[in-house]
Amino acid sequence: MDGLLQPVVDLFGPTWPLVWTLVKIVAIIAPLMICIAYLTLAERKVIGYMQVRIGPNRVGPLGLLQPIADGVKLLLKEVIVPSGASKGLFIIGPILAFAPVLAAWAVVPFSDGMVLANVDAGLLFLLAITSLEVYGVIVSGWASNSKYPFVGAMRAAAQMVSYEISMGFALVCVLMISASLNLSDIVMQQGQGRFADMGLGFLSWNWLPLFPMFIVFMVSGIAETNRAPFDVVEGESEIVAGHMVEYSGMAFALFFLGEYAAMWLVSALTSILFLGGWLSPVSFLPDGFHWLFIKVAAILFLFLWARATFPRFRYDHIMRLGWKVFIPITLTWVIVVAVWMLSPLSIWK
Amino acid sequence: MNFVVPNFAPAYAELFVAAMGVVILLVAVFLKQSARPFAYLASLATLLGAAFITWYTMDGQVSYTFGNMYIDDLMGDVLKLMVYFAMAVTLLYSRGYLTDRKMDRPEYFVLATFATLGMMVMISANHLLTVYVGLEMLSLSLYALVAFDRDSARSTEAAMKYFVLGALASGLLLYGMSMVYGATGSLELSGIAQAIYHQAGNRTVLLFGLVFLMAGIAFKLGVVPFHMWVPDVYHGAPTAVTLLISTAPKLAAFAMTMRLLVNGLFELADQWQAMLMFLAIGSIVLGNIAAVAQSNIKRMLAYSGISHMGFMLLGLLSGVVDGDSRLALNAYGSAMFYAVVYVLMSLAAFGMVILLSRAGFEAENIDDFKGLNKRSPWFAAMMMFVMFSMAGVPFFVGFFAKLAVLQAAVAAGYVWLAVLAVMMSLIGAFYYLRVVKVMYFDDPLDASPISASADLKLVLSANGLAIAVFGLMPSQLIESCVAALAGSF
Amino acid sequence: MDFKTFVFYMFATIMILASLRVITARNPVHAALFLVLAFFTAGGIWMLLEAEFLAITLVMVYVGAVMVLFLFVVMMLDINLDRIREGFWSYLPLGAAIGLLMVAEMVIVLGGSYFGLDSMPEPPAAAAGYSNTRELGRLLYTEYVYPFELASLVLLVAMVAAVALTLRHRKGTKSVNPSQQIAVKRNDRVRMVSMPTEKE
Repeated sequence: MDGLLQPVVDLFGPTWPLVWTLVKIVAIIAPLMICIAYLTLAERKVIGYMQVRIGPNRVGPLGLLQPIADGVKLLLKEVIVPSGASKGLFIIGPILAFAPVLAAWAVVPFSDGMVLANVDAGLLFLLAITSLEVYGVIVSGWASNSKYPFVGAMRAAAQMVSYEISMGFALVCVLMISASLNLSDIVMQQGQGRFADMGLGFLSWNWLPLFPMFIVFMVSGIAETNRAPFDVVEGESEIVAGHMVEYSGMAFALFFLGEYAAMWLVSALTSILFLGGWLSPVSFLPDGFHWLFIKVAAILFLFLWARATFPRFRYDHIMRLGWKVFIPITLTWVIVVAVWMLSPLSIWK
Repeated sequence: MNFVVPNFAPAYAELFVAAMGVVILLVAVFLKQSARPFAYLASLATLLGAAFITWYTMDGQVSYTFGNMYIDDLMGDVLKLMVYFAMAVTLLYSRGYLTDRKMDRPEYFVLATFATLGMMVMISANHLLTVYVGLEMLSLSLYALVAFDRDSARSTEAAMKYFVLGALASGLLLYGMSMVYGATGSLELSGIAQAIYHQAGNRTVLLFGLVFLMAGIAFKLGVVPFHMWVPDVYHGAPTAVTLLISTAPKLAAFAMTMRLLVNGLFELADQWQAMLMFLAIGSIVLGNIAAVAQSNIKRMLAYSGISHMGFMLLGLLSGVVDGDSRLALNAYGSAMFYAVVYVLMSLAAFGMVILLSRAGFEAENIDDFKGLNKRSPWFAAMMMFVMFSMAGVPFFVGFFAKLAVLQAAVAAGYVWLAVLAVMMSLIGAFYYLRVVKVMYFDDPLDASPISASADLKLVLSANGLAIAVFGLMPSQLIESCVAALAGSF
Repeated sequence: MDFKTFVFYMFATIMILASLRVITARNPVHAALFLVLAFFTAGGIWMLLEAEFLAITLVMVYVGAVMVLFLFVVMMLDINLDRIREGFWSYLPLGAAIGLLMVAEMVIVLGGSYFGLDSMPEPPAAAAGYSNTRELGRLLYTEYVYPFELASLVLLVAMVAAVALTLRHRKGTKSVNPSQQIAVKRNDRVRMVSMPTEKE
């Protein structure tokens, strides 16, 4: 492999590290875009079957080309900038909503050593980057110069900021027991423990000792991505489509992509932090990237299932759940874990 | 990792107050409206408990803990005891006032408890960080307390002014601290003193830092030219809060001044004494002259407070003469004595304002004191004691306080300064005696007898009598101040 | 100029331009967004200084939380720009003079001769495996635990103050208690009445 690459390395000379990084970025982004596209199809199919329908089945065999058709349609549509809108911000809004989600993938490890940037403070980086997503929403909501988008944006921003806190506390629990902010280390740490030695690795993963945090993280993840049943941002019945009302064509598509990319990201994070990432659940099967993919797919299915099942939460209930239920639970659990770690019963020595 | 768990013993009082503050907050959340006296009683109990702890751990030794960030010495212990006392009396005086105005919510007492903690931290600080954190804790609590009567536009405006100017002063202080740190490479006050002693660091930067530190200190003490907030805040804040601001925090500000200037920058005494002299002259002149023109007693007392702080600075600025620091102990002792006496007088003065106020009525004009002798000869006498003492009429304790700082100034060779101060205090006597005049020779605007709870009347009487009694035997108080300082330096 | 220096100057330029726009932007929302940009680039510069914990925390706290709430307020307020700009030109000379004076003072004091590399040498390079976050955590919870805990109490005071000054229990609001709402049984809401069948 090295021998094969050598002439290419020579060709680029000193700029090679830059080029190589770019290649790696493309290697992550391109499959990710395909995954995002097909998640939309999966969503329509899954919900279709749950509602005893078939779902899209016209474009291509079994409707498999549907996402591509959708993409082409959105690309060809005109982007309408409303009069009175703040033009620059109106265009920047969707980009701000989409870019951070992609940037976050830089620190996500796909397998042992397979990560774009193996930084020490990876978890912090993720928290910081995901906290930027909210700007996409408020900037576009405000820049549209229209009432519904603005109200939607305010709702969304308040909701995202609130649930970030409980998410952050859940992460604090994880990093306390792994004693690291590095995502690869967090995964490797889950491969150790009494059950892992017995060959039942999946019982050593974080989801079991941190079960309440696992649930809180998942639910907060749904709220953070503004998905059903927390999708009051775009509640059709009251504020049409929230901050996206005035957007059309590719600008709208960016929001759409951003939402689905965020779903992938949250699912990947849940798998890495609580479900052992690329680790195999039992010792007689080899570890590998496919495990991560299976776990992520399972969690995504839960996302879709939740959308098909639950009615939309009322806004004050959402805020109440975030502030009065999740934050006290997570705060308490941080203390519980801390005491547990210092007690003789600690399982993380 | 080699980390030794710090010795908590010297800081038990701080830990106790911090824990109680949190406990009061948590318990009050779950209490019904009817259980309101809880927070009041609990905060008094906190002060009492802290006083016990400080009293029993007072040993005259200087000990450090928390990696030299905390200093426990005699000066600190004495000042802390005074702070507990002042806070307890403040809360006692304020209770009826707060209840009448529906301000006796638990948050008031929680904030007061945390303000106390902030003052304790400032008093025991041996590190620029702890000075700053203590100061912020105190200031934040005070900003909120000033605005506590939130439907009053005047209070809100006062709080806003206080907050904006206070934030600016904090910024200046921090800027100065960063300069001092840059020049000496230490945040610890004794480390700073050593670095300056060894001529380390750059003088220019150090002096620059000193100027900014001085601005922050001057703001906290409320002396010219950083005095603008004082009259507005005293006037705008609810009287109970004015009482709080004008008493215990002055002791904390005195302690902060001592810590920063004497513990930390003593080698630069020549420079900061010159700055203090400027501040002192400005405060004494402006405070006394501006007070004459006031018809509102809270504003009058505010200007009088400015001039009193100027007098206190007279003691601080006469410690070192030509590099000779033999007089320092006496001079600083006189300043500390002045601060303590001022707090005692200020407690009584604002206590009187509270006494005459009642639900829906603020006795904040000098006219409201008219004919007090006819309504209550006893409290007219008490107010007379306070006014005489503040004016520096002989044989009240205020006289001896002025005498002590003037002696210190004269001993340091600043005779002209002492003469100026005496002349200004003669002008000051005018407005103090005016209050006495309206009490005894004018007819009351409203002849209703004074209605106040027994505890307020009792403590206020004790307070007034203390001013008279200490005037008969001031030497004990002065000597204990000097002894406290002698045990610390 | 190596790559790091280039990145530094790029960040520094962006930051200064953004800061300038914060005070010159006509629209307060734009100004707030430029402030966000300034914070973000400041985080980048800290990252270059290998203070990655501080850099990320700056982005997380200031950009991710504080400025969002700030934007909330700015967007909701109806700020009258003309009122604010009133008297701008009459204050300009004094303001400019004070500003210039402060710049001059800061140049004198912060100039190279006092805080330059001679008097403040570059710190030694960090050892391999050095984790900024770990070091900061260790220091905060051991040596600096006293001011650290006090700072947390300062924040508590700020919280108590904010609640005490703003929380009002309004009477007559139509808010519902969700737990009561959820606990409702069928029998609380529906009354089954057995009626005889009506005959025509």
